[in-house]
Amino acid sequence: MMPRTLLDKLWQEHEITRRDDGASLLWVDRHLIHEGSHHAFAKLAARKANTAEPGLTYGVVDHYAPTRGAPATTDIARMISTLEDNAERYGITCFGLDDPRQGIVHVIGPEQGLTLPGMLVNCGDSHTSTHGAFGALAFGIGATEVAHVLATQTIWQKKPKSLRIVINGQLAPGVGAKDIALAWISKLGADGARGQAIEYAGETVRSLSMAGRMTLCNLSIEGGGRFGMIAPDQTTFDYVRGRPYAPTDADWDRALEAWASLKSDPDAAFDREVEINAADIVPIVTWGTSPEEALPITSTVPEPNNLEGADAQKLSETLEYMGLRPGQPLSDVVVDQVFIGSCTNARIEDLRDAAAVLSGRKSKVPGLVSPGSKLVKEQAEAEGLDRVFVKAGLDWVGSGCSMCVAMNGDAVPAGNRCASTTNRNFRGRQGRGARTHLMSPAMVAAAAVTGHLADVRPLLAGRGVA
Amino acid sequence: MTGWSRHTGLAIALDQENVDTDQLIPARFMSTPRSEGYGQFLLNDQRRDHTGALIEAHPLNLNPKTSILVMRRNFGSGSSREAAVYALVDFGIRVVLAPSFGDIFASNAVNNGLLPARLPDAVIDRMIAQLGASTAQVTIDLPSSTISIANESVRFDLDATWRQKLVNGWDDIDLTQVHADAIAEYRALRAQQKPWIFSAQETAG
Repeated sequence: MMPRTLLDKLWQEHEITRRDDGASLLWVDRHLIHEGSHHAFAKLAARKANTAEPGLTYGVVDHYAPTRGAPATTDIARMISTLEDNAERYGITCFGLDDPRQGIVHVIGPEQGLTLPGMLVNCGDSHTSTHGAFGALAFGIGATEVAHVLATQTIWQKKPKSLRIVINGQLAPGVGAKDIALAWISKLGADGARGQAIEYAGETVRSLSMAGRMTLCNLSIEGGGRFGMIAPDQTTFDYVRGRPYAPTDADWDRALEAWASLKSDPDAAFDREVEINAADIVPIVTWGTSPEEALPITSTVPEPNNLEGADAQKLSETLEYMGLRPGQPLSDVVVDQVFIGSCTNARIEDLRDAAAVLSGRKSKVPGLVSPGSKLVKEQAEAEGLDRVFVKAGLDWVGSGCSMCVAMNGDAVPAGNRCASTTNRNFRGRQGRGARTHLMSPAMVAAAAVTGHLADVRPLLAGRGVA
Repeated sequence: MTGWSRHTGLAIALDQENVDTDQLIPARFMSTPRSEGYGQFLLNDQRRDHTGALIEAHPLNLNPKTSILVMRRNFGSGSSREAAVYALVDFGIRVVLAPSFGDIFASNAVNNGLLPARLPDAVIDRMIAQLGASTAQVTIDLPSSTISIANESVRFDLDATWRQKLVNGWDDIDLTQVHADAIAEYRALRAQQKPWIFSAQETAG
């Protein structure tokens, strides 16, 4: 038999039929929905269709979830109640605002064991690639496609090309999955993996925790890749075992047996391969308005004088929006606030990384820390991390998408500069005129304690942090 | 959705790359019911000042009858929000010409009758240079995948399935119902082979 990639195996396993034009009809094992699904439910209602598999669909309130007190506006409250009402009407389990399991969809799916190796996971959110960290075929879809999955539990999709990103070598202390992601995105471009399914491989990936793997897969879309995946291994199985929705007893044994084959065959051919040496990666920050505009913290702001014509003009416009001076050392850039949260970096490991830097120190700027779920919040409080953040002067708030997408009222004011653990530095993403710098949780903590973008590595000296 | 084969309209160029869906419609407008129309929010932060008033000099405000946009690479990258397509469609945009599109955006576009037509970088460069701040009458022919501008005709790249969907105005749910038996058969086999995927509800209580 021809050697197959993990993508080949997952695709074949989920393919119900294939049309002459090459489009496959794929079975969806898990469909996760959030408040944004209201357009899809409206489409369903308009054609008087029902949900095909409400038992395979799970809802959660995250995009509009208030992080402090009640919803900020009646519109926001309506978005939340519409999801809860639709879930009830169609028989879908929903982790509503008051549910102890509520949190960000890409945090709670894995946390509850709803995301399992070998599954096909869909969600009307581009960061659905996160779930690929478990060896799942996971991708974001639009509202029309959400309606299609609700109505049929299937999705039409053409098989993408395969891209393997191999990362070998030892990461330096203070360098993590976020830096790996920004490194490859800045190397290949924000559309570098467009039309391709990424498999992350190599010893560095194997050494990452599930949280790190989720961060890496989460950011696949920022390099244009709709899919990101990592073959499951013992780290994956140890994470999954005992989760509320994970298989048990005889099912667990059968599942383990099935999951063991979820890896690319040794001789499998990829359409494209990229290699990255982890030892070369230093902490990275974005300086522009696309995730590809990222540089090591030790660098300086790019200079339009080094470019020609339209490129120079575009760079000048970006620097004007970002309020940066050409040639300015990145570590001189003063920040106004920080944000630790989002589906990219709000898991317990992320909070520990930030707390390790903030412990016993004061933040020079205000900031929010929003854990990825209520259960992450509970765990952090049990470990005393909340006290580290509060003593440093940061606000310890509720769980949700919060200031990453600025839908719930948490926004960065125009002209303010925010060091953020999130996934998008797009113009206006965190609020109109907001200036976002993406970086790891440890690097955001470093920006908080210094008041400017800063290399976290010296701040970790003597702290015994890996 | 009704299909279409040919469209003639007013084209303008916006010399911008990586126009992501957050720019196409900022998240704060997305709690608005679709019935109110999303066209008003299209590229809000470029087209409107802080008071919400239209900035007269913006090309889309100067030419509100624009139906064809010429853009640079990676148009519609980022979030899967279909609202970005609604904003374009409700404004009156029928076609976007660019060297590349965000994958999810392109699917969403086709599901709403909006054509994401891929053209080589060099062709887009030339169009943007020729159009500048002016407008042009452009005709798009879907069956032949051609764009006619002035006396020139250029072929664009479009997935054959997508062309069919656009021309026929097909809805995927209808197409999928044809495979109902195959889906049922697959489901039965999967439930037998991977019962833990289906038993989650029962085991978790």
